[in-house]
Amino acid sequence: MRLIVPLRGVIQGRGGLFVGSLIPCCLFYVLQLYLKRRRSPPDPPPTSSRSNLFSRGNSIGRVRVSSRAVPVAKPTDSPYYIGLERVKADPYDQMNNRDGIIQLGLAESSLCFDLLQRWMSENLMESMMIQSDDGEFDISSIAMYKPFEGLLELRVAFADFMSRIMGGNVSFDPSNMVITAGGTPAIEVLAFCLADHGNALLIPSPYYPGFDRDIKFRTGVELIPVHCRSSDNFTVTVSALEQAFNQARKRGSKVSGILFSNPSNPVGNILSRETLHDILRFAQEKNIHVISDEIFAGSVYGDKEFVSMAEVAVSGEFDKSRVHIIYGLSKDLSIPGFRAGVIYSFHEDVVNAAKKLMRFSSVPVPVQRILISLLSDTRFIEEYMASHRQRIREKYIRFVEGLKQLGIPCAESDGGLYCWVDMRSLLTSYSEKGELELFEKLLSVAKINATPGTACYCIEPGWFRCCFTALADEDIPVIMARIRQLAESARS
Amino acid sequence: MTRTETNRSRSSNSNSENSGDGNGGGGERTNAMRVIVPLQGVVQGRGGLVLGSVIPCAFFYFLQFYLKRNRKNDSDSGDQNSASSSTNSDSNSGLPDRTRSQSAGHLTELTGLPRSLSRILLSPRNSVSVSSRANCVIKGGDSPYYLGQKRVKEDPYDESGNPDGVIELGLAQNNHKLSFEDDLVSENPKEEAISDGLSISGIASYEPCDGLMELKMAVAGFMSEATKNSVSFDPSQLVLTSGAASAIEILSFCLADSGNAFLVPTPCSPGYDRDVKWRTGVEIIHVPCRSADNFNISMVVLDRAFYQAKKRGVRIRGIIISNPSNPMGSLLSRENLYAILDFARERNIHIISNEIFAGSVHEEEGEFVSMAEIVDTEENIDRERVHIVYDLSKDLSFPGLRSAAIYSSNESVLSASRKLTTLSPVSSPTQHLLISAISNPKFVQRFVKTNRQRLQGVYTELVKGLKELGIECTRSNGGFFCWADMHGLISAYSEKGEIELWNKLLNIGKINVIPGSCCHCIEPGWFRFCFSNLSERDVPVVLNRIRKVCETCKSHN
Repeated sequence: MRLIVPLRGVIQGRGGLFVGSLIPCCLFYVLQLYLKRRRSPPDPPPTSSRSNLFSRGNSIGRVRVSSRAVPVAKPTDSPYYIGLERVKADPYDQMNNRDGIIQLGLAESSLCFDLLQRWMSENLMESMMIQSDDGEFDISSIAMYKPFEGLLELRVAFADFMSRIMGGNVSFDPSNMVITAGGTPAIEVLAFCLADHGNALLIPSPYYPGFDRDIKFRTGVELIPVHCRSSDNFTVTVSALEQAFNQARKRGSKVSGILFSNPSNPVGNILSRETLHDILRFAQEKNIHVISDEIFAGSVYGDKEFVSMAEVAVSGEFDKSRVHIIYGLSKDLSIPGFRAGVIYSFHEDVVNAAKKLMRFSSVPVPVQRILISLLSDTRFIEEYMASHRQRIREKYIRFVEGLKQLGIPCAESDGGLYCWVDMRSLLTSYSEKGELELFEKLLSVAKINATPGTACYCIEPGWFRCCFTALADEDIPVIMARIRQLAESARS
Repeated sequence: MTRTETNRSRSSNSNSENSGDGNGGGGERTNAMRVIVPLQGVVQGRGGLVLGSVIPCAFFYFLQFYLKRNRKNDSDSGDQNSASSSTNSDSNSGLPDRTRSQSAGHLTELTGLPRSLSRILLSPRNSVSVSSRANCVIKGGDSPYYLGQKRVKEDPYDESGNPDGVIELGLAQNNHKLSFEDDLVSENPKEEAISDGLSISGIASYEPCDGLMELKMAVAGFMSEATKNSVSFDPSQLVLTSGAASAIEILSFCLADSGNAFLVPTPCSPGYDRDVKWRTGVEIIHVPCRSADNFNISMVVLDRAFYQAKKRGVRIRGIIISNPSNPMGSLLSRENLYAILDFARERNIHIISNEIFAGSVHEEEGEFVSMAEIVDTEENIDRERVHIVYDLSKDLSFPGLRSAAIYSSNESVLSASRKLTTLSPVSSPTQHLLISAISNPKFVQRFVKTNRQRLQGVYTELVKGLKELGIECTRSNGGFFCWADMHGLISAYSEKGEIELWNKLLNIGKINVIPGSCCHCIEPGWFRFCFSNLSERDVPVVLNRIRKVCETCKSHN
């Protein structure tokens, strides 16, 4: 009672009820805080004898991982990843597993593997075996530490390749470029460099479901979806951006930039030059960054012209240092296994920081060597890009035509390895729940994995992303038959 | 000085206002001084001297702050220069006004910023800033470790081409046995594997980022080989990452929250500052080891560091040890490892055991004991707290491959780091290269053996030579380096003296070594020499250059 007695004196002496309740509350709070802080590492036992410790082992309890690792380690609840997992467990195979799940959820392309196969079998070894002056194979050219941001030759080749793909209207400066191990680390590094923990990026939704992991896992940056609607063909408008920006500010979170994909993933539409101007003007007005993910720039199959944000940035009208571009070879050259991406930034500090951070995700030197000779083989690249586009277009027409016959329309799209399918007619209820039900049915009854709009934070239910570039021509009728069956059972 | 200047300019101005009743020539001035006039009202109305000095000082401070943040912007710094130069010559009666109108210009810019809607005004000045944590990354580059590497890059030593260049003794990469590697790459398994194994769908499409099972099995075999088969590694507990740096980063992300800390016995690897702190926000608490204990980890000091941190309210989540230690190259004994495990168990913290040089133990008698072997016999609860980082590229002397592995028995750590490897993946061509290189057990054995012999050869040469120069090294059994005691050569027994000597070694001797302060060694005068870059032919050259430096040092003394 020693502790309480002097307190009582205080209470009776002066404030009465108010102090009398305030002080105990404070004390209680402090006590809780104290207990909370002490709880996890229990008091060290005075003994250090091993045998003694052994018996105590169980009572100490398991060592814990950090609280931020817990959500990462937890099994995911995003339908995007659930679908991918399910396909992995039971993949469709024309010969051996005809009842397996068909993958329409992963944006990868096998359309031009024949061309790549030919190039690799002819050139792979030579490209890695760099000869030194005396004509012998020089191992140190691939084995030793090289600059983390990528060999200069590779950056030159990359710059050349990018401007070729983006229509030749814009040239890229290799010194603004940092080579990364794929688009994923590129996005993470940019998010780290442009926003602090707790800041936010505006992102037009529906957006690529992987951004959630790439950005939120480690950088602590939030994503604020800016909802786009089917009535605008899911194109972002400045008024929507403005509204989201103001709302975020009202809630007290600082918006550091806008992130968008162009050609958009999952819709596949292309932003017009005017929209890009508007976005950049908006960014300048609010003094925030613009991250343009142009990883599908070379997979444009429609008639619309693709305009890179870089082109708008150097038009002279704007301060270009706020523009950052992400590009990679995983989609356009269909070599995701190589994990080659690039950050192109007009901001010197961002380039410098990214160079240093590449110690965590640089491209191995042998792979860089292969890429240098692949990208500098202009004849091959020309041929490849032409057939890549041509073949996507053919596949797209075939796939969309099939869906149309079932009475299922698609959003208008010009690029990407996927289309954005309107399955609203198959929904049992027009809601997120109805959509997830349909997703589940597609997965377990029709055995098709397509990414539902909810995974992409689409505000309207009933849209699905279907990637068609990894399909063989024979697969398309199979898919259509499966969807038809599902549709009929739903309608009956 | 600046403060008195602004005061003076203010008072001279108020004088002129008093004398002219605030009318004479006021039109021009009020246009330019919209911001300052209301302030003057405040000053004159009430506080007089105090407010009159405090407010301008505050503004000037903000102005400086603002300028500093935007220093890159040339037009701004130009303004600042002209402003300060005119302030300095304010004997002229006309000048103060100019000064003030200029700073007023800045002030309108400052205060008016969020409200202004005119884009033209905003765009040229308002350069967009990067995040504050990115700024930390940009700045962190002036440690001697990185400065030295830059120098080597500019002027590298070459026996025939550039005999005066800087010799690299700072970077832990393995150079001298490359002829052997040539065999491996050119005749041996790689070529076949690339042409057979690399069917295009095999290397081009998405594959598990954390490594193919095939590769994991090969890595587990290689790790067992490197630990002389005393422990077998379970391939399902391996996660492959692109380089040891990202392995350590992923572990520190998973084991500690931002603001938590790891204990790191020093001297330690200079890379930890970047790997642990940069992106994860985890702190490092250095636990100094002394030369008197032969730089062994003392449990008493470890304990003390733990409680001091706790007292400061910092939560310790683990301890990072290097074995073979970097920079000393010594091996931790079995007793030591048990003691560390006991410590970790008592405090309920994790252990990250950095064993990237495990395959490079060059001393015959040196017995390398992996932490995995220690916990192998323990209960589950202890296995879960031990995480091993292993680097394939170091032991294969192929750092360009950028591949490392995390070995852990903790399910949560494994599943979290598997997902995080998408952010630092090993590419499929690399995986296939590695599979073909290390899945041949005969080759691995031959490789590890030859590697050891060659390291041993250069090590003995170098240590002998250094001893003849009067420089003692601690006993090193593993890794690519030796830890040399050069405190006899430094002019002042302090970090400054050490950096001075490092500069001399770099500029006079033209060799790049790592000073102990980079490794956070608390005793000045120790240097890390990476001898794996040298061939036995180079050793006399290095020794000659050190002799030269020794002589200049002695003549100074």
